[in-house]
Amino acid sequence: MTAERVRSERSTLLLQLPLLIWLVVLWILLWGHITVVSVLSGIVLALGITRVFYLPPVELSGRFNVYWAAVFVVRFLLDLVRASFLVAWQAIDPRGIPTSAVLLVQLHTRSDFIMTLTAEAISLVPGSIVVEVDREHSRLYVHSLGVKDDAEVEQARRIILAAEERLVRALGTLDDVWHINQERRMNGRPEIRLSAKQKRYEDERERHGERTGDTP
Amino acid sequence: MSLADALDVASLVFLALGALLSLAAGVGLARFPDPLSRMHAATKPQIAGLLFVLIAVGLQSEQWGTVAMLFPILLFQMLTAPVSAHMVGRAAYRTKHLRRDLLVIDELSDAVDRAQRERASGEKRT
Repeated sequence: MTAERVRSERSTLLLQLPLLIWLVVLWILLWGHITVVSVLSGIVLALGITRVFYLPPVELSGRFNVYWAAVFVVRFLLDLVRASFLVAWQAIDPRGIPTSAVLLVQLHTRSDFIMTLTAEAISLVPGSIVVEVDREHSRLYVHSLGVKDDAEVEQARRIILAAEERLVRALGTLDDVWHINQERRMNGRPEIRLSAKQKRYEDERERHGERTGDTP
Repeated sequence: MSLADALDVASLVFLALGALLSLAAGVGLARFPDPLSRMHAATKPQIAGLLFVLIAVGLQSEQWGTVAMLFPILLFQMLTAPVSAHMVGRAAYRTKHLRRDLLVIDELSDAVDRAQRERASGEKRT
């Protein structure tokens, strides 16, 4: 009993380790200098905060691709500046107020983490605001400013899905990548280059495809 | 021109850009017709404006501690602005504070209609 409890406490501590490190780093950033006191007080505070304000642990995917994370960040910053100037222009455009649209975007991912990150990212980037989230079906309802016709609606949808794809490539689960590849194959686009691990997972998935059968 | 002068000029440009974007964000808040559109002005130009101002501050500051503190400022703005925009936008949609005549298409209202139909038929059955 006690041994079990110790083990489970150790595993929660391990799960929370990224969060703890992040809290300590943030604390040091806020202090602006690294000293023994700031690091130690940061560790104590981080432990205290995670104990007092207990949240369910975030399920990370265990996958992290540095190259695609860099692609995402650079693309995100460029898009942020471009989208900002666009909205700024729409705000002062003398020709009047742009029309907009509320559209449904069916995401590929099944993970809350990627869905949250996508919602955050697209709120800043391609001129959209998340109006409603359907967590059960991984759907986002998005308000997109400056959309004039159906062609532009489809374009807005594509931009949002592309943002999701970049995030999945950076830190999605094997399953998320599989969903993206599935759709790429359907549309005749080249699939994401597979790592050995991903390849094994996808082969497994194909074999059990009928039995699990939760393809969108 | 010395390095300090070049940094001054760069800061000047970034500061002016940031100020312009923030001004445009303010104009957008006043000028856009409904809350959903206004939220666009409150997130994008606002965040990029802040980004430019922070770059200008970073270029001028001589201590690494100050520069390090700029990152959490930007990060938390980036994380919180979309959330608050989402909450306001969601509330606005639910209380019907929106200009439907400016919407090209509304796929959320289709989903709401469907859910209401399902609920109505479910209530009849029980």
